[in-house]
Amino acid sequence: MTTTQILADRRAHIHEKGTAPFNIACEKQSVAGSVSQRACVFCGSRVVLYPIADALHVIHGPIGCAAYTWDIRGAWSSGPQLHRMSFSTDLQEKDVVFGGEKKLYQALVELIEHYRPKAAFIYSTCIVGLIGDDVEAICRRVSAETGVETIPVHSEGFKGSKKDGYTAACNALDQLVGTGDTTGISPLSINILGDFNIAGETWVIKDYYKKMGVDVVATITGDGRVDDIRRCHGAALNVVQCSGSMTQLAMKMKQEYGIPIIRVSYFGIEDMSKALYDVAEYLNDKTVMKNTQNLVRDEVSNLVPQLRKYKHDLQGKRAAVYTGGAFKALSMIRSLRTLGMKTVIAGSQTGNKQDYKRLQELSDEGTVILDDTNPLELAKFLEEKKADLLIGGVKERPIAYKLGLGFCDHNHERKIGLAGFEGMLNFAKEVHGTVTSPVWKLASLRDRLVDRHRLLDGDRSRNGNRFVEGGNAS
Amino acid sequence: MIASLPVSQHFTATRNACKLCTPLGACLAFSGIEGALPFLHGSQGCSTYIRRYMISHFREPMDIASSNFGEHTAIFGGGKNIRIGLANVIEGYNPTMIGIATTCLSETIGDDVKMFLHEFRKDHEGEALPHLVHVATPSYTGTHATGYHDAVRAIVDVLAKPGPTIKGLVNVIPGMLSPADLRWLKQVVADFGLDPILLPDYSDRLDGGTWSEYKKLPPGGTTIDQAARMGQAQATLEFGFTTKQSTSAGTLLEKKFGIPCHRLGVPIGVGDTDALFDKLQQISGRPIPESYTAKRERLVDSYIDAHKYVIGKRVVVFGEEDLVVGMTAMMGEVGLKPVLCSSGGKSGKMADCIHAAAPEIAEHCEIREGVDFEEIADHARELKPDLLVGNSKGYKLARELNVPLIRVGFPIHDRIGGARILHVGYDGAQARFDSIANSLLEIRQQDSDVGFTYF
Repeated sequence: MTTTQILADRRAHIHEKGTAPFNIACEKQSVAGSVSQRACVFCGSRVVLYPIADALHVIHGPIGCAAYTWDIRGAWSSGPQLHRMSFSTDLQEKDVVFGGEKKLYQALVELIEHYRPKAAFIYSTCIVGLIGDDVEAICRRVSAETGVETIPVHSEGFKGSKKDGYTAACNALDQLVGTGDTTGISPLSINILGDFNIAGETWVIKDYYKKMGVDVVATITGDGRVDDIRRCHGAALNVVQCSGSMTQLAMKMKQEYGIPIIRVSYFGIEDMSKALYDVAEYLNDKTVMKNTQNLVRDEVSNLVPQLRKYKHDLQGKRAAVYTGGAFKALSMIRSLRTLGMKTVIAGSQTGNKQDYKRLQELSDEGTVILDDTNPLELAKFLEEKKADLLIGGVKERPIAYKLGLGFCDHNHERKIGLAGFEGMLNFAKEVHGTVTSPVWKLASLRDRLVDRHRLLDGDRSRNGNRFVEGGNAS
Repeated sequence: MIASLPVSQHFTATRNACKLCTPLGACLAFSGIEGALPFLHGSQGCSTYIRRYMISHFREPMDIASSNFGEHTAIFGGGKNIRIGLANVIEGYNPTMIGIATTCLSETIGDDVKMFLHEFRKDHEGEALPHLVHVATPSYTGTHATGYHDAVRAIVDVLAKPGPTIKGLVNVIPGMLSPADLRWLKQVVADFGLDPILLPDYSDRLDGGTWSEYKKLPPGGTTIDQAARMGQAQATLEFGFTTKQSTSAGTLLEKKFGIPCHRLGVPIGVGDTDALFDKLQQISGRPIPESYTAKRERLVDSYIDAHKYVIGKRVVVFGEEDLVVGMTAMMGEVGLKPVLCSSGGKSGKMADCIHAAAPEIAEHCEIREGVDFEEIADHARELKPDLLVGNSKGYKLARELNVPLIRVGFPIHDRIGGARILHVGYDGAQARFDSIANSLLEIRQQDSDVGFTYF
């Protein structure tokens, strides 16, 4: 087994349930040189605002930030596809020396004229603050001249963490909220916050609400539209998923418009059902409640028999979960239990104390809770806890594969919907397909070859034999 | 030169860039040294984005450390963060080398990384430190290709040591090629009885096998010892003409150690591969191995077999400049007609290189540097190509125009096996030519009302 010592500055961010009183460190700047899986402030605001499909998203800075976020999320749109374009001011050395304001202004005027967006979001990247560009002033001028609301997003990468990017995104959205006409909005209406329509998930959820008799005013931001966001303050209730990114907007709307908030998750049978019931209960309408009962009963009775065969094969397997926010990890643990699986590692990039507390309460003894982990720690615990599956994003995938365990992508790039009842079935198929794949047998066959060569060649096999790995042998 | 195309609307903004930022190229180069870890001096996002981008292509672990700037760092400088970061990386990974590339942020605030590293070495005097290689890669200059070449040069500058010339030792500076390409180059040079040192060599590390236990850094790469011996080589082979020659690694080895640098085109297609074999004959004094002449004959035979299917077909090529030049040269050999050769890079040399490598097509071809994908698309709509040749990011255009995209270069994010795409040598030309010819045949087959089953 690989021997990895945990860096001193990282120890407080790791907790093994049952070994000590729970007091995990979190919501801190990543340790330099720790190879965090987190991104930056810019990333936080970009992922949140990205799905607004009829807005222009312009990244003010050198090319990298725009290039790496071009068409990156599986956030689908039922109409315009403008969000899938990558626009950058592509700042050059001379712009850094003389300032990028002129270039930004020119870029915006041309893009707005050509693409006629409903609004424009202008993301500041690291160096924009340093070179002193007054992005707010440029945005005001462009808004006045073009009539298209141009909104600055204060997302300089180094000014905090990904979570601060969520704040920047919520502040930008707040500029739109309350500017539209709310006439005709039903009292049985909600906004869906914090679902990003990955692989069409918002549509699945919206359809459930429709069947319940509940109107959805705005989806923020999955399959999002500027004009819907402008009038979303007319809804009766804000239903917030991915609470890390959207709670702040919901809080502002509560203060300004008195719209109450409920927190939900759409992953797994229990959480999905609870989300629908909570909405029905809040709206306190008999028909809605009746519809909800019918919907949940039909969906669950349709789903559960289909899950049986997967559960049979997955019973007792061990999973590790590493997500962006910790709230989602809770749903993952429950969903894995539905499949007969045990979660041995659970962690997140940006969880808060409260989320981690709930996470450890829900976890079995011995489960390792990780805040802002890194590849070496993840690999260490995956080996120690003998996990069969890792749930995470693309950056975590090679860790799982190199260790010979299954992987399920639960991040924003995936192309398979995992939310809702039908998403639970997809999840079961995904997990089953990877955990029971025959490819792992071949990988372990290779280990048997290694053993055979060791036996045959003795020490000679250590030097350059192609079947034998060097270093770190336990 | 044909009359210029109608000028499309000018945009100040870059729309769907046909380039990436300089630190990405540096990270790729650093990954080609055994036991080395790339380290970006800047915000956490830079390393995370670049990791994700490269993992999606190579499908291998790709750890990149960060000095993780916060607001205080941006105000007071990154000295403290780089020290903490390096110490943590050494403790965590025990690397042989740390490749430190800067970012737009650390360059803009004017961090003196050289001085930071000097201080770090002083603080750790007497300890066995990894080699610290520093390259300046502000992303507001150049592209990932420039970052790559600058990092290669920086590695050579730090690691290569002088010594008596070792006969048969040949340095190979390959340029931004795939792991499959690197393996091919190593084999060919070795088959001439020479001892190749490739730098960088990420052929194993970024296209590796299964593991029986987790490796902190994937095995493989140019060893530190090999890199040191580069100063004693008999010759250097350096590929690609669009890079700045005065600051290339090959030129540096020539200046520092007097090693003759043989600069060749990236060996894509028969012409440039022949040139490589001629050079290897000359350096080794040995004839071309029989197996290679046989491959060449089979390749040319296949060109003849299929020439009527490809003749005059119009192609739009895009990607890194050296790759575009190489692919264009290969396509010129078989009668394909590149109508637009384009890159986000801006060396100022691409047109000359294409004119030199493929004079027969250059006069019918629009050659554009410093363009983005939307400009390429604007031109392509007018040019009506039959085929696109380039990386995955051209898929949007291929879909719009309903033409095949022959995937070459980096990144390949929408297919398996980006690391295994062979571009160079007779084998590379054979594989790429077959896929071009077959995709054209497939179109004819699909478009046919009859659906015939042979050609």
